[in-house]
Amino acid sequence: MVTNAASLVRPADVAGVVDVVRSAGAAGPVGRTLTIQGAGTKAAWGGSLTAVDIVLSTTGLTGVVAHEPGDRVVTVRSGTPLRELQETLAAAGQRLCVESGYDDATIGGVLASGEAGPLRLRYGSGRDLLIGVEFVRADGVVARSGGRVVKNVAGYDLGRLLCGSFGTVGVITTATFRLHPRPAASAWVVAAGVRKDALLSPGGLPPGGLADGAGTRERAAIAVLADIATMVPSAVEGNLDGPDDAGEVAVLVEGSPAGVAARARTVQALMADQLAGVDVAVVAQPPSWWGRYPFGDGDIGLKLALPVTAVPVVLATLHERFSALLTVRGSLGSGVLYAGLPATVDVRLLTDALADVRAWLAGTGGSVVVVTAPPSIRDGLDLWGEVAGLSLMRRLKAQFDPAGRFTAGRFVGGL
Amino acid sequence: MSAATATELARRLRARLGASAVVTDEAARRTYECDGLAHYRTVPALVVLPESAEQVRTVVRECHEAGVPWVARGSGTGLSGGALPHADGVLIVTSRMRRILSIDLANGRAVVEPGVINLAISRAVADDGWFYAPDPSSQSVCSIGGNVAENSGGAKCVKYGFTVHHVTGLELCTSEGELIRIGSWLAADAPGYDLTGLVVGSEGTLGIVTKVVVRLLRRPEQVTTLLAGFPSMAEAGAATSALVAAGLVPAAVEMMDALAISAAEQAVACRYPEGAGAVLIVELDGPAVEVAEEEWTVREVFADCGAIEVRRAVDEAERAEIWKGRKSAFAAVGRISRNYIVQDGVIPRTSLASVLASIDELARAAGIRVANVFHAGDGNLHPLVLYDETVPGELDAALSVSGAILDLCLAHGGSITGEHGVGVDKMAKMPRMFSADDLQTMQLLRCAFDPPGLANPGKIFPTPRLCGEPPRPRSAESAPGIHQGIEIW
Ligand SMILES: Cc1cc2nc3c(=O)[nH]c(=O)nc-3n(C[C@H](O)[C@H](O)[C@H](O)COP(=O)(O)OP(=O)(O)OC[C@H]3O[C@@H](n4cnc5c(N)ncnc54)[C@H](O)[C@@H]3O)c2cc1C
Repeated sequence: MVTNAASLVRPADVAGVVDVVRSAGAAGPVGRTLTIQGAGTKAAWGGSLTAVDIVLSTTGLTGVVAHEPGDRVVTVRSGTPLRELQETLAAAGQRLCVESGYDDATIGGVLASGEAGPLRLRYGSGRDLLIGVEFVRADGVVARSGGRVVKNVAGYDLGRLLCGSFGTVGVITTATFRLHPRPAASAWVVAAGVRKDALLSPGGLPPGGLADGAGTRERAAIAVLADIATMVPSAVEGNLDGPDDAGEVAVLVEGSPAGVAARARTVQALMADQLAGVDVAVVAQPPSWWGRYPFGDGDIGLKLALPVTAVPVVLATLHERFSALLTVRGSLGSGVLYAGLPATVDVRLLTDALADVRAWLAGTGGSVVVVTAPPSIRDGLDLWGEVAGLSLMRRLKAQFDPAGRFTAGRFVGGL
Repeated sequence: MSAATATELARRLRARLGASAVVTDEAARRTYECDGLAHYRTVPALVVLPESAEQVRTVVRECHEAGVPWVARGSGTGLSGGALPHADGVLIVTSRMRRILSIDLANGRAVVEPGVINLAISRAVADDGWFYAPDPSSQSVCSIGGNVAENSGGAKCVKYGFTVHHVTGLELCTSEGELIRIGSWLAADAPGYDLTGLVVGSEGTLGIVTKVVVRLLRRPEQVTTLLAGFPSMAEAGAATSALVAAGLVPAAVEMMDALAISAAEQAVACRYPEGAGAVLIVELDGPAVEVAEEEWTVREVFADCGAIEVRRAVDEAERAEIWKGRKSAFAAVGRISRNYIVQDGVIPRTSLASVLASIDELARAAGIRVANVFHAGDGNLHPLVLYDETVPGELDAALSVSGAILDLCLAHGGSITGEHGVGVDKMAKMPRMFSADDLQTMQLLRCAFDPPGLANPGKIFPTPRLCGEPPRPRSAESAPGIHQGIEIW
């Protein structure tokens, strides 16, 4: 949380950012600490900041620097709202396949927090579409990596370091992205009123996934999932909220009008088969919960990044602990889901649940992160769990921000 | 390293890894003196062939103790000298690490050792209807470890992306001999910095990869391959731009010019359209309905752009036939020219026509032939600059044309390498693409991963940075031959 004592500065260009960062470093023997903020939509994400003297707002760095539709590439300043960028691109029949759960989010904030929406199943997240970046280091040096072409392996890809870094490495000032054509048609195949136990087992997969000796039921289930995959959905989302029969699964199909119609029908048939007895409809609009986090201001929000075969067991475990208090939404297709809990939840229960689920995921690469929680709760929680490669991350931070001036405390390992 | 150090290191490694894993014989070491870029040659002091991650760690630890640099090598097909050995160092070859450790189709992942050949992964899951997407033309011989180091692409990366988009986790042996797991393995999105994304494409300078977790994809319902002949490169280039403008994202868009076609024709009799000054190969894949629709759009674009003939592969045999000419083009050019340089540069797709015309002018002015065979869909040029080393002055002329082509790429806002990497070959060009500050910033990464500077030193960056005050001073001090990260051999 940013204290009131911190002063807010809003440079209008890169030179202004450099000035702020330099003068912060020059202030006294230890310098002053900064936190970098876009629209502030995720100000309550991550750990509590240990110290903030200056809030550096990027909202003065706005606008498209270059957009070449024929190259499907755009260069944009980091404080530009993502929504505004999408409007500009839409006029050229294109889009950036990166989404935020917040309407006002800026490009820089979306990248730094690693936000990605339903389209992540097909297009990955910001770091997969970022092809060039310019940023200001903690010592005020301006650095770039990548470029303006979609294919490029010259030098290290520092964009990868900045994406998901929560402002601990540098101030992203401009970003260059690879774009995609806007689809001519879209349809959502929605199964509503899915019983929880069916939803908790997407594709009917057994908890723990399939060993080599999986039986015919499991093989059949995998075949269904694989068949849906052959229809190349852009997103496969789930929503688990409230009473027992309220679960929903929605599959987004995009492409040509005829192609979408045909694929939506195929997906509909596959899902109807799989979720026997449930109504599966093809609709032209996404469900209201689509792309929205299942938590709001003051709630506890978790990010579950799971092997898809672990989704059923993890959700079942959480549901068992918190029952109706728990809301889950996200990408069943890629195994990245979000869970919301009210701040009134028993913290000990939460601590235990985190420990259990993390233990169960050990060795798989899956993770459970407490994305946001009221300060009183988050300070007592292990927000990130065990982080693979933490020692290397500490060294990276030591190289890029030796004095720990950027956004101290918010990130993994207290970085 | 001194002869005595080499002998002692060989003795210690033999004791730990077995005699057959350590190569000291000069003639045998010489077989590893270069990668696919044969004009850089260095015989390594020692060659080691570990069989497991633990053995790799043993080798790296011994090197660290002795302050000896090392270079990882997969199949040695790299085209930038990335696997060029260090004369005073150890070459760690992964060719005995070829096990596919696990395949998990339900999670769409395979865990493999670094020496596994790219194509072997797709082969292992083909019967179940899955594949591994990145498909460099060298896929039947190159290793996945090499692919990770180079962030290799392939014909289908227009649609599917590069190696970095298909690797979710790694086991890495750092130059200090620590084996660590990084990334999200069977899941997506690991908390913390994206270490996996940083290591992919780092050309073996951040550590040696001992396990790779790759994403597997479901094979598309329909694949359609079209071959079109055009009067010249101008029309083929215009067709490429028109495909982008039409909103298509084909799996592959490959182009060859008349010289490349005639070389391929002589080598493999690919029977491309007669009289074509350029051919385009376009592959569409995905759901059947849409592929059929897209095929008509592509045919319309081809017709509008003046195609003289369009063919469609109706089965796997015909598809292989179409690809045969393209995939054998590099080698085929070797039949029409004693020597050639494979260039690798990238331009914005909208600059295709103008850059190709400029390359033609450059070649004419220098009296040198250039064959073009490349990934047109993402603007990744591979001009093959032909020369004859026995003709005085030709090598120099070829080198200068090849260099001028990269300058052209840069002048158009492009890159000096799209997939072959910087290695030793393009170090000198890095300051043309990046400022001193950019390069120094990249070195911070290197200092975090490899404080003693033992992992593939002398690659990528024209001026190595000295990592002052590494977080663990012990490592620098305990390494004879290394002082504060300065190489003193
Ligand atoms: C005919 C031909 C066609 C080609 N076509 C393509 C193409 O279409 N697309 C493309 O991208 N490339 C292509 N290449 C280039 C080359 O095949 C790729 O760069 C490939 O990834 C190299 O793999 P390798 O196993 O041969 O690696 P090597 O050449 O042995 O090594 C390459 C680099 O990887 C490092 N390395 C190897 N193993 C490891 C490890 N385990 N850990 C860390 N670092 C390691 C080495 O140190 C070196 O820097 C082509 C090459 C040839 C000869």
